[in-house]
Amino acid sequence: MDFGFTTAAYVVAAVLFIFSLGGLSGQESAKRAVWYGIAGMAIAVLATLIGPGQGLWLLSVVLIALGGVVGYQLATRVEMTQMPELVAIMHSLVGLAAVFVGFNADIMINIVSDLYAGNGGVLGAVADDGITAVGLPKEITDGLSVFGQLVAKKTGVEITILRIELALGIWIGAVTFTGSVIAYGKLAGNSSKLPFKIDTSAKQLPGGHLLNAAAAGLSLLLLMMYLGGAGSWTLVLLALLAFFIGYHLIMGIGGADMPVVVSMLNSYSGWAAAAIGFSLGNDLLIVVGALVGSSGAILSYIMCKAMNRSFVSVILGGWGGTKGEAQAIEGEMIGIDADGVAAALNEADSIVIVPGYGMAVAQAQQSVSELVRKLRAKGKTVRFGIHPVAGRLPGHMNVLLAEAKVPYDIVLEMDEINDDFPDTDVSIVIGSNDIVNPAAQDDPNSPIAGMPVLEVWKAKQCFVLKRGQGTGYSGIENPLFFKENTRMYYGDAKASVDALLPKVE
Amino acid sequence: MKIGAPKETFPGEARVAMTPDSATQLQKLGHECLIEAGAGEAAGFVDAAYEAAGVTLVKTAAALWKEADVIVKVREPSTTELKRLSADKTLISFFYPGQNEELLEAAKATSAAVVAMDMVPRISRAQKMDALSSMANIAGYRAVIEAGSNFGRFFTGQVTAAGKVPPAKVLVVGAGVAGLAAIGTSTSLGAITYAFDVRPEVAEQIESMGAEFVFLEFDESSQDSSATGGYAAPSSPEFREKQLEKFRELAPEVDIVITTALIPGRPAPVLWTKDMVEAMKPGSVIVDLAAERGGNCELTQKDEKIVTEGGVTIVGYTDFPSRMATQSSTLFATNIRHMLTDLTPGKDGVIDHNMDDDVIRGATVAHKGEITWPPPPPKVAAIAAPPAKEKPKELTAEEKRAAEVAAFKAQTKNQVTLLAVGGGLILLAGLYTPASFMQHFIVFVLSVFVGFQVIWNVSHSLHTPLMAVTNAISSIIILGALMQVGSNSALIAILGALGILMAAVNIFGGFLVTRRMLAMFQKS
Repeated sequence: MDFGFTTAAYVVAAVLFIFSLGGLSGQESAKRAVWYGIAGMAIAVLATLIGPGQGLWLLSVVLIALGGVVGYQLATRVEMTQMPELVAIMHSLVGLAAVFVGFNADIMINIVSDLYAGNGGVLGAVADDGITAVGLPKEITDGLSVFGQLVAKKTGVEITILRIELALGIWIGAVTFTGSVIAYGKLAGNSSKLPFKIDTSAKQLPGGHLLNAAAAGLSLLLLMMYLGGAGSWTLVLLALLAFFIGYHLIMGIGGADMPVVVSMLNSYSGWAAAAIGFSLGNDLLIVVGALVGSSGAILSYIMCKAMNRSFVSVILGGWGGTKGEAQAIEGEMIGIDADGVAAALNEADSIVIVPGYGMAVAQAQQSVSELVRKLRAKGKTVRFGIHPVAGRLPGHMNVLLAEAKVPYDIVLEMDEINDDFPDTDVSIVIGSNDIVNPAAQDDPNSPIAGMPVLEVWKAKQCFVLKRGQGTGYSGIENPLFFKENTRMYYGDAKASVDALLPKVE
Repeated sequence: MKIGAPKETFPGEARVAMTPDSATQLQKLGHECLIEAGAGEAAGFVDAAYEAAGVTLVKTAAALWKEADVIVKVREPSTTELKRLSADKTLISFFYPGQNEELLEAAKATSAAVVAMDMVPRISRAQKMDALSSMANIAGYRAVIEAGSNFGRFFTGQVTAAGKVPPAKVLVVGAGVAGLAAIGTSTSLGAITYAFDVRPEVAEQIESMGAEFVFLEFDESSQDSSATGGYAAPSSPEFREKQLEKFRELAPEVDIVITTALIPGRPAPVLWTKDMVEAMKPGSVIVDLAAERGGNCELTQKDEKIVTEGGVTIVGYTDFPSRMATQSSTLFATNIRHMLTDLTPGKDGVIDHNMDDDVIRGATVAHKGEITWPPPPPKVAAIAAPPAKEKPKELTAEEKRAAEVAAFKAQTKNQVTLLAVGGGLILLAGLYTPASFMQHFIVFVLSVFVGFQVIWNVSHSLHTPLMAVTNAISSIIILGALMQVGSNSALIAILGALGILMAAVNIFGGFLVTRRMLAMFQKS
């Protein structure tokens, strides 16, 4: 098979990937879309395997099969609530793979350069026409892999660009790797399978972002030295620095910002793939890397917008400076028991449920779904209001509710449901806090001022299912809990909802 | 100071401005109290009771006016009474300066201080002297009682051995103090009560008293009563039409109508027209609390009770408080006593007419030979203004068009700048980089564009599957590893093999998880 066939296969694969992403615009077409993705990947891998220069294809197939078994185990065993962790840890694999591939490219450059030296030439030297490289004798190049042949044909400028690209690929890949591991640790919390424990709150080493900036500056310096011919050790050091940046950057970001972080890492893994694609001269890698990269960037943007915060402030961690004293909250939290909530639900005609991370933690989605089923059987209007940043991953709540067989057409976005709250009899907040905080609208000094929130307090009655009286992930006091029409229903979300079930008749 | 209460001279007026109780309190302020003999008789307070409370009885009105420094009474003074005032005296009573300009001139001529109980500003601090409210409260209650005594049926619905009695339906128009008192009385008697007011914000008060607010579908209806000190303002003709239409609809249903609609300084608006009266069932009763100012009902006759040909009784009495003289005197005397407490800050029997005080200034209509009415606006707002409603400004077609054009221009400018800068940078890069790089670069830039276009359409609820699927396809990095693994360098082969393994985990894991998630999404 010649090179033309591989390229054609790549074009087909690229189109399939684009279809795969585009198909996610609707629930039904998405089911088809994922098959496009799988087909695209299969074609790409197959074409590369049978393409030119693939020496160890048997070993490759075995390795892919092995990886497939591991991947299958991971994917089928994971609980839906652990989805954010799984996605995060898988990003780290892509990152690390990018680092390895990048190093391989560097090693290959060194090998080719040695070959040149052995033949009395210099890598990158230009022939008399001033455009093409001098090249090596045919018998030597034939012994090289495809990539090796490619390198051997490059001119000096091309080699420099190649080096920049692979250094970039390694750097981004390394940041993605450690960043994803830390993100995984933060998301998994106590159920983390990592050998070390990661604090879920924002923690930084002394020096804070200065340390990051210093590491980034040093990376740039190392890149210069590497380009200047200082040798591969600079590249190793560069990778180590990037590992540190990834670790330290994500450590400094609180658990509540994880949706942005995960989508940002998603983006990084794409850019790393694109950079490697450049250095390998592989267009499919570039295309897919760019698709993934822009997808992650857009997701991060959407998340940030939903929280009314700039991307930079999320990445730099913390809630930014508050402008003044937050408004004092008057009143007290009033508790209520299951009977009270059940009575209100039995009387209500329209109910809106706002789930948050607490529902995921308590694994309460099945119970909630059962409650919704019962209420709907009685002819009540029950809907869900989902905030864009509810949970720890974009769309987290939708996935959980879907798992619990809640029909997706009663699961609405914030903008779709916010106007309906004044006509709602009962709103139920299950384990969410900041996304229903009225201070975002009322208190200009609140750290979350201006963030769009679900206006649950406008319903006639509002019940908040909460474990205790503490503040949420962001540590911001929530005036909702003190409102006159709010009742606090304390307890584990799952146990609380289960207690309601027999009482709702 | 000597505080004296004369007998009311207005015919039929039974109230008195001082009771034995209030006199006791006034004496504690250091004042001496005088009363004209027989002044409280009609209200049920005999002279002996006053004497027992330490009040000096004065035989004639003339003697009392002469002796007292402060004269307290209920009704506005007659011209004869005014002539008895002198510069060193203070008069406290209802005065209605808006309608009694001649009287006001006469008061000015005497140089006496005149405090009008009806001009007490409506602020929280002055509520204890708000005689209008206390009188309106009584009027509202009495209006229902008066209606009941002219109504041939029960208020409450009953099922008795002798048959079923439907509950009476009562409509209260105007939910001021009198209206709310009427609503309360009517509901506690068991009638089904409806209430109407032009100020939509009183709906809550109406409902809190147990009546049903008659809702009017009208956009302009939002009168902001906090701007007019809690009183209603005249409404637009369109609104009035709508309102009358609603009443016409209600007229055949209701048994009792109590109208209390008054607009300060204007004749009462006609809300219950002749045809509505004709539409009512025989035996129905209308009590018009606005009779004094012309009446809300077209057929109302002041101070009379009439029965129309259709058998509808219309009560136009104007003396409801006086009909409950004991109660109204007690409340009025208490209002007066509070006013005097404010006028005697030292509790030493010395009147300090402090014109800097919002309440005293507001109520004083004549002082030291000058007319001090109308007063300047009080420093304290009567009622907290409602939070300003942000109304999205209605744009005209031209404005919309202009905004669109401006937005289009801005967008064009934005895009052109971006394209120019981006294109420039790419061209610059092209000058210094070899063609082989640029070929790949074109692919890259186009892919980023495609990515942006495609991802914006992804629905919010599918963001998690999107992440999973992009994660899966980002393992395309496996291609790089596959291409390198065949190298004859052992190190490259090992690293490549590791890369293949990891990417493979990702491919299978990512796609499987996505499939699992998407399979769960189902329609109801």
